Amino acid sequence: MNVNKSLLPLINPLSKDNPVIVQVLGICSALAVTAKLEPALVMTISVTAVLALANVIISLLRNTIPTSIRIIVQLVVVAALVVIVDQVLKAWNYEVSKALSVFIGLIITNCIIMGRLEAFAMSNRPWASFLDGIGNGLGYGIILVIVAFFRELLGSGTLFGCQVIPQWCYEHGYQNNGMMILPPMALITVACIIWVHRSRNKDLQE
Amino acid sequence: MKGLKKKIDSVKPQFEKGGKFSKLHSVFDGFYTFLFTPNETSRSGVHIHDSNDSKRTMIMVVIALLPCCLFGMWNVGLQHALAIGDTNHDLFHLFFYGFWAVLPQILTAYIVGLGIEFIVAQIRGHEIQEGFLVSGILIPMICPVSTPCWMLAVAVAFAVVFAKEVFGGTGYNFLNVALVTRAFLFFAYPSKMSGDNVFVSVGDAAAVDGFSGATPLGQLAASSGPAEVLGVTGNPLSYADMFFGMYPGSWGETSTFCILIGLVILLATSIASWRIVFSGVVGGVLMSLLAHNFATPLYPVTYLTPIEQLSLGGFAFAIVFMATDPVTACRTNIGKYIYGFLIGAVAIIIRCYNTGYPEGAMLAVLLMNCFAPLIDYCVVNANINRRLKRAAVKN
Repeated sequence: MNVNKSLLPLINPLSKDNPVIVQVLGICSALAVTAKLEPALVMTISVTAVLALANVIISLLRNTIPTSIRIIVQLVVVAALVVIVDQVLKAWNYEVSKALSVFIGLIITNCIIMGRLEAFAMSNRPWASFLDGIGNGLGYGIILVIVAFFRELLGSGTLFGCQVIPQWCYEHGYQNNGMMILPPMALITVACIIWVHRSRNKDLQE
Repeated sequence: MKGLKKKIDSVKPQFEKGGKFSKLHSVFDGFYTFLFTPNETSRSGVHIHDSNDSKRTMIMVVIALLPCCLFGMWNVGLQHALAIGDTNHDLFHLFFYGFWAVLPQILTAYIVGLGIEFIVAQIRGHEIQEGFLVSGILIPMICPVSTPCWMLAVAVAFAVVFAKEVFGGTGYNFLNVALVTRAFLFFAYPSKMSGDNVFVSVGDAAAVDGFSGATPLGQLAASSGPAEVLGVTGNPLSYADMFFGMYPGSWGETSTFCILIGLVILLATSIASWRIVFSGVVGGVLMSLLAHNFATPLYPVTYLTPIEQLSLGGFAFAIVFMATDPVTACRTNIGKYIYGFLIGAVAIIIRCYNTGYPEGAMLAVLLMNCFAPLIDYCVVNANINRRLKRAAVKN
């Protein structure tokens, strides 16, 4: 594939270097917010925004941050951004903000964010860091949305809160799978995605 | 029989390497070895021969399950007759009602489970293993009689793929496949797997006055003190009813008497480990004694005596047929004692003190399945250390 080299930070994390299914980071929130599509989508947007902005800010500061306190500086930046996102959500979409509860606040501890700041933003220019942040946010989001799609469809029979499984199915004895709502099935769904992904990308198999 | 063998031998070359159907070799091989003893011998070296291969082991377990299975079918008919006030208690009338009620479940479990095993064996180029012979009959037996077949199919597919095939197939599963199926059903479709309306097949007829389909343990969990255990029509259950299993429940596991027959078969053929069964019963009895001593209305199941605890619900079935599964149990002898004891104790603990789960045997066995490798590891290491110490003293 011929891609512009400067776009690699954006494209790689979508599949070959996906933060969730290849680096196995951010699993915790993938379990917590994927019972329904809407929170998963909002989480995706929030993480992408925080990650992209934090990457840019850290990248701009990278030459002035003393190595010995760099983690603290990164944390401060991320925490400030997360608080902003949290407030914006509360102001514009209170329902979803309530549904996500602490998980927006917990973006601070999302390993993907600290990982990208340490591994990428500290040693790259702002534009590349911005692309890397968007790419990793979306790579994380793709998995979240896929998992949430299956969990909401099979677990609640709805997508974005609208019923998609026709009523006559329920009348003929179909039941929603309550297990899909429980966290274990999120792990198993992620495992299935990894399974399919590895069998398509044989070079990633260990 | 000879004619059949000739016929099969004549088509055999088509399934060998290079033949027309060489891709279906493992399917052919599966049927061939199912019907006839394979005549292949090892090519080199000295090997120990034993006529007891895994096929024979599996068949013996199925035979040991038959008493429970037949009794369960009869009991389904009996509970049905009691529920609708049918006075025709003819043995065959009851048996065939139950037989037709559970046959679709058994067929579903076998078709889905074996189907997946055959497909996976084809893809991987393995031989077809016979592990599902036992699971396929176990799965319907530990489910309520009214479980819809499509749910069973979904659960069997899930369990066979995720508890067995992804770990390498028969012999590599660390969780009991039948119990994973049961657990999946329990958590995915709780309304069809617990409560008062699923354990008795009422059918289209109207139930008699005073009918309640609650299982004994279900009744107790919902009560608020020492309560009498009632049958479906409201008459109290005697010890004999509990021991012989004439009460509603998952249809294959109610009769402790039939389970004991199965246990004798399993022990006589030394397929089940007596250590696990023995320590499991000891664990269950000790725990129920303890619970009975400190019985409180807060946890009404604690009022049951040890004998009732052992004969009600799925405890006996789990100890005899689930805990002794040689693949998922401990391998070391000391480990087997610990493993069995903890299954018995944990099953009673869950049953008594977690009112959300009227029966804890399933969860106890699954939990200890997870710990079995750790127990083995500790036992082996303790042995190594002990011997190292002994060697050090001599020096």
